[in-house]
This record gives sequence, C-alpha cells and structure tokens, in this order.
Amino acid sequence: MPQYDFAVIGSGPGGYVAGIKAAQLGLKVAVVEKMATFGGTCLNIGCIPSKALLHTSEMFEQAGHKFESFGIKVGALKLDLTAMMGHKDSVVEANTSGVAFLFKKNKIDAFQGTGSISAPGQVKVTAADGSSQTIDAKAIVIATGSESMPLKGVEIDETRVVTSTGALSLPQVPARLIVVGAGVIGLELGSVWRRLGSEVTVVEFLDRILPGMDDDVAKQAQRLMQKQGIAFRLGSKVASVDKKGKTLKVSVEPAAGGAAETLEADVVLVAIGRRAYTEGLGLEAVGIQRDERGRVAVDEHFQTNVRGIYAVGDAIRGPMLAHKAEDEGVAIAEIVAGQAGHVDYGIIPAVVYTSPEIASVGRTEEELKADGVGYRAGKFPFSANGRARAMGERDGFVKILADAATDRVLGGHIIGPYAGELIAEIAVLMEFQGAAEDLARICHAHPTLSEAVREAAFAAWTKPIHL
Amino acid sequence: MATEIRVPTLGESVTEATVGQWLKKVGDVVKADEPLVELETDKVTLEVPAPSAGVIASIEAKDGSTVGIGALLGSINADASAAKAAPQAVKVAAAKAEAPKPASAPTPAATMQPAGVNGASPAAKKILAEKAIAPAAVAGTGKDGRVTKADAVAAIIAPAPAPSAPVTVRAPSLADDAAREERVRMSRLRQTIARRLKDAQNTAAMLTTFNEVDMGKVMELRAEYRDLFEKKHGVKLGFMGFFVKACIQALKEIPAVNAEIDGQDIVYKNYYHVGIAVGTEKGLVVPVVRDADHLSLAEIEKSIASLGKRARDGELKIEEMQGGTFTITNGGIYGSLMSTPILNAPQSGILGMHKIQERPMVVAGKIEIRPMMYLALSYDHRIVDGREAVTFLVRVKEGLEDPQRMVLDL
Repeated sequence: MPQYDFAVIGSGPGGYVAGIKAAQLGLKVAVVEKMATFGGTCLNIGCIPSKALLHTSEMFEQAGHKFESFGIKVGALKLDLTAMMGHKDSVVEANTSGVAFLFKKNKIDAFQGTGSISAPGQVKVTAADGSSQTIDAKAIVIATGSESMPLKGVEIDETRVVTSTGALSLPQVPARLIVVGAGVIGLELGSVWRRLGSEVTVVEFLDRILPGMDDDVAKQAQRLMQKQGIAFRLGSKVASVDKKGKTLKVSVEPAAGGAAETLEADVVLVAIGRRAYTEGLGLEAVGIQRDERGRVAVDEHFQTNVRGIYAVGDAIRGPMLAHKAEDEGVAIAEIVAGQAGHVDYGIIPAVVYTSPEIASVGRTEEELKADGVGYRAGKFPFSANGRARAMGERDGFVKILADAATDRVLGGHIIGPYAGELIAEIAVLMEFQGAAEDLARICHAHPTLSEAVREAAFAAWTKPIHL
Repeated sequence: MATEIRVPTLGESVTEATVGQWLKKVGDVVKADEPLVELETDKVTLEVPAPSAGVIASIEAKDGSTVGIGALLGSINADASAAKAAPQAVKVAAAKAEAPKPASAPTPAATMQPAGVNGASPAAKKILAEKAIAPAAVAGTGKDGRVTKADAVAAIIAPAPAPSAPVTVRAPSLADDAAREERVRMSRLRQTIARRLKDAQNTAAMLTTFNEVDMGKVMELRAEYRDLFEKKHGVKLGFMGFFVKACIQALKEIPAVNAEIDGQDIVYKNYYHVGIAVGTEKGLVVPVVRDADHLSLAEIEKSIASLGKRARDGELKIEEMQGGTFTITNGGIYGSLMSTPILNAPQSGILGMHKIQERPMVVAGKIEIRPMMYLALSYDHRIVDGREAVTFLVRVKEGLEDPQRMVLDL
C-alpha cells in the first residue's frame, strides 16, 4: 500500500492548497479527487466560471448601455453565447490545469476517484469503473466542500430547474429567469442573465437581500439592482415548481403563509444556500462526528474526534468562502508538519461580484449595535470621487466603522467599482489594529478609487475633506 | 546580494541609541567585522561591525538620528565570493530565538520587541510628537508591540513618567546676547547623566559627611615598595588599591552603606562590586571592579588601570558598568580640596577622594606638616543613619592611616 504523510480528499481551494503547502513543508502528499479535473467547486462550477461570466456579461452590458455616453458607437450589438461560454470554459481549463501543474511541480500524487476513509489512517479510492485501491496516510484531511441546498417541492434537473452549476452553462438566454434566494450566488447569476437579456425576478424568504451583510449596503444594492431591472419579491417563498408545460409555473407565497400566486419562468435557479458535502466518505463507519448542520465537527486545530483525521473548508464551520478554505488549507498543512497553524476568522473579506461590486470585512453596524459597542461610521460616496467619475461610475459608497473610544477600525463595507480589491486595504489595516486616523494619514495616489476609502476613514475619524 | 546592517541588542533595558558617527561612507570597501558606525546609548558608545565583507551600499540612519534595537542602519553589498547568506553575529550578542534567516527576511517578529523597533502608527506618531513623548517610551499593544493610536492617547493622558517636572521655559536672551550664543544639543550620554543625577537627588535623602585622612603612611609604603611592586606585578602601585581595600573593610563593618532600597525592602548585597568614576571626553562613566574583596591590591590596580583606559577609549561594555554596590570618585586629580559627590543610584554611598595637600597638623602636641586629604561620604540617609555614615568614614580613615590594620583585619 502506498504510504503518505498527508492525504487530502478533495482538490478544491481547501484541498489543493493544503496539499501544496504540505508538500512544500516536506511531507509526502496524496490528493484524491473524484472529478475529472482538479479545483473542486470553486474552479469548475463556482468562483472561477461565475467570475468569467460576470465579467463578460458586464462588458456586454457596458457596450450596450454605457459606451454611447462615452462617445463610442457600437451599432447592432450581438451576443454570441457559445463564444462567451467558450471563454468561460477556457478560463476554467487554464485554472484547473494550473492546479495539475502545481501538483506535478510539488511531486504530489493525485488519485482519481471517490475518496473514503476505510479506517483511521487509510483512504480508499474508488474509481468510476468500480475498481479501488487503498492508500495509507498518517494524516487525512477531509476537504470535500459543499453542495447546493435542495428546496422542498422543487426538483432539480439542471436544464430548466437548475442550481448554480446549470446556471453557468445554459445553452441559451432564458427569456424569464426566476432566482430563488437573494444571497450572493443568486444575485450574481441573476445579474449575469439579466445583462444578457433575461427578465429576472428574485424571490427571497427574508425581507431583505444579502443576509448577513451590512443593512445599509444591502439596501443600496437592492435599489441599484432594481434600477437595473431586477424585480424582487422579498418575504416570499417558493412552494413548488410545475414542470409539466412548456414554461415553468412557480408557486410563490408569503413567507408567513397565505395565498399563493403563480409566476411563469423559462428557467428557475435554486440558490438558497449550500451545505457541507460528506457523501461516501464513510464518516459513520469510522465514527467521525458531525455538528448540528451536518458539517464535520472539528476543534480549533481542525482535528475531528478521530486522531489523525482533519477537515477544512466548506465541509466545516465558518464562512463558506474559497479564501477561508485556502487559509485553513495552509494552517492544517502547518499543523500536521508540526508548526503552529492558525486562521484569524475576524478579518475575512467577503465579496459579491455584482455590478456594482460589494465587499465587506469585519463587523457590520447591526452586529456592533447588538454587542453594545460604541462606534462612528464614516461614509463617502463614489459620486464624489474623481476617478469614479472619470470611469462613469457614480453609484455606491465606502463605509468604515471605527470604535468610538479608540478609533480602531472594526469593519469596512464597500459598494461600488472594484469593491473586492479596495477592501484589502481595510483588511490589512485591521490586521495591524489600525485606527481610522492612521488610514487617513497614509498617502493614497490620486486619482484613484482608493481615495474614497481614505475619505471614509477621514469621515470616521473626524471629517472628510472632499465632501 | 545586500546584507543588512542592523542595530544590535545593546543591554538590558536599553531600547534605543543615537547614531553618533559613520566611520565609513557609501562606496567604501570594508572587511568583515570592521567598525562601521558608532552608536551612543544611555550608558556607553559602541561600534557596530560590518556583518560581512563588501562595499557599503546604503546608509539609512544618518548621524544624529535615533534608532531602536534591530533598526536598519544600512546595507553592504557582499562580494559574491565572500558572501554568506546569514549576517555574522554582531559583537554585542543579538540573541533572537528563531532560526537565523538570511538578511533579506522581514523584521524579526518576536513579540518581545520594544515598541521603538516596529514603531508607532501614523496617528500615534502625531499624538506623541505633540506631547514630546518618544514612541519607545510607550507600551505598545498593537501587532508585534506596535504603538496604536489608542496606546498613544492613553500615554498622553497618563501622568508623564520620571523627570517630567514642568519644564521651565527659558526667558529669551536679549537680541544683542542671543547673537553671541551657541546652541549645542546635549549628547545622549550627557542627557542620561543629567537625568540620573536628578533622579538620585530627587530620590535619596542625600547628605555628606566629611573627615580627613593623613596619607603619610600610604605614601611611605608606596615610596618604599614602588619598584618592587611594579617589577613583580607589572602595574604601578597607586592610591586606588589602598582606597578600595579600606572601603571594603569599612563596608563589611557597615553593611547599610553597601545596600540598596528596593520599594519597601533593603537589599543587603553580600558582594562588593566597587565602581571607580572615570572622567572621559564624553562625560563621567563608572566602570565596576567586581568582587573587589577577592582581589589583591595588584589585581585591583590592574583592573582599574585597564577599565580606566577602556573608558577613555570609549570601549566599555554595558555589563562592565552595571551591578556596582559602592562608588569611589576622585576629584583630587583635578585639584578639588573638598566636595559633596552625588550618589550613583541606586547605591547608598559614594566616597569622594580629594587633593592631597600638605597642611600643618597637630601631632602629639606638636605642629607637623602632614600630607592631608579630605574625605567625603555622601550617603542615603533613608537607610544609612548618621552614626553608620560617620563610623564608615572613620574606618576608611583608620585603614588608610594605618594600612597594617588591613593585614590584621581590623
């Protein structure tokens, strides 16, 4: 039986990063992956393909709606969806083969098949044709990620009733798209198809979109998306989807219960969340415990209740974000290699890749209020930022929350151009326990969008200069 | 490949230094261990040697700037042939626990680093600068001990430490006089001496008791055995050996003078490390002769001679000036007849020697010309009472006027 120091089940961001880091630290590493390509959900049917489509669809949107005001006449704008999907596919291919290359470079052995833990220290790899082999591993890391949460009464077929997976490869632009769930994934994919020509309606159970995000930001996002033409049905739930006819009949009722109404759609996207995926791992047989949400239960060192078996990423507690999984991947490799691996969960940025982009790090105003923490909020609109104006981007703002007593920055929230990039500066400041005044006193290039971040810091600390 | 030149650890509780003088400039070729720059600290001036052979590539800390431990002073482009990845250990040991990384590694992240190294945040710097408080003096609670804005705010609210009595603003000189004035910044050493002197005065209940000693017997001894002594021991037979011996004899009888107050405790030292004050160009320094009671007269003389020379050459190490239990200072070499020395805190006694002057004295009812020296003992009256101080000085006098007593342990 092949012997390894470190065996990872799953090659998504959590798994492949853990494997590479462990190899760099001198361990003998095996990675088990059941899909034909590496990279897990993120690279194949998640982060990467969605960002590719978000970018290209946004370009299409700008060409059709913004270029004219810039003095660019486009004429009859046409969409070649096949080519757009082709671009997405080539990006995915580049990334997944990139991971394959990194595995080779780091002398990591990759095993194709479904990984399961046959006994502590043993991983069984079952190939598609049923054949299997077993490998020995001193440390096993479960990195099997997550799957779309199913919706009662709605049957997924990935052609007309889809999860994000199907929504990333629709063969044609649906005339009417109903998105169930106003979270990150639903809004991102809803935006893609709206730009490409769909009439999009988002049905959300809660009375707000983007649960967990700063209220202020969520409200502004909803306003802007409505202006773009996305319709919202908040406080509503989807009871069933009737697939019998040529169009889908979606039964929508108030969340609290009441009279239902029927909406018609060509495609329904179910995006109500994701849940840990641990199918076929053999957890029960080995006695690995799960938590109340079905995730693999781990301690603060990612150790399960069985010695030598660890878990990271979407399969365990914490925000279901690729970068969180990556950080955990690095940490678990370090821990197994005998070093001190640690993840700071307080400063993990979250990004929504709609347009305008949304990003946040740290606490929201609601969280601070709930904890009774005194804070000052400094807000600065992009409409007052020179660079944003030059780009024709007038929507959105930067908001920085600073402790009322010490001025220490507790959270940052951005809605606007390149929010996902701009949030990094605030994360760095928070890591170094910086104050809003500190950020305001650091020279920022002009004219840049980052000046809006600086002005928000000025506003939190004292007064903005440019407002 | 550039090797960094960094400020070494300078001794316990020493957190920063002033760049005194660069001995080399950019472009100079240097050998490994060749002195590059002088650093002045509270206690001593030392030289930082080149971590490797090569050419001085850059100078980051200019003359007169303040640098913290580990700060970047400059860099050397090592010869490809002579280059080693890790910089060689600096003379004064820079003990870092982590594995030695090549010089290009980021600043050592040991959480024990004082705030002065990793500095203060921009807001903190401004806040502290407005109150003239050094970031190194503030306890930093930020990452790796950095001084955050909150730390700075707290520091300016809290009562300022140590010698912060409201600084009396000097009335401006008349225009006519002002043009003839020359303003020179006090060196770090001088600032420290000034501060410590005031601390001593402000802390101890300090006063001075006097006596006089007939140095005749000692001088006779010297005259008689000078050559033999020098031949056998290779060092001149001076006065200091006798004084140190006499003092130790007295300290053994009056332990309070060899003790120190620590909070509400009196710490009686059962060892005798005698500091000998040496005047240098840069100011007064006090190297310590450790366990002087275990040394012979010759060994004491040798030790003092060597320490004195190294003090004047600016080569004393921090450890050589720490741990003293009693100090002897000699104003007589400059001509002083009588003086009231200031205690070398936290010690409780200091002996002042003075000029030997021939005076008419009454000896057995007759007037004789005797070589006399006034002795002064400044002491901390909090733990040394009058009787003890006077008795101490009397014993010193007796030991010097009759050296045979020391042989007989009297």
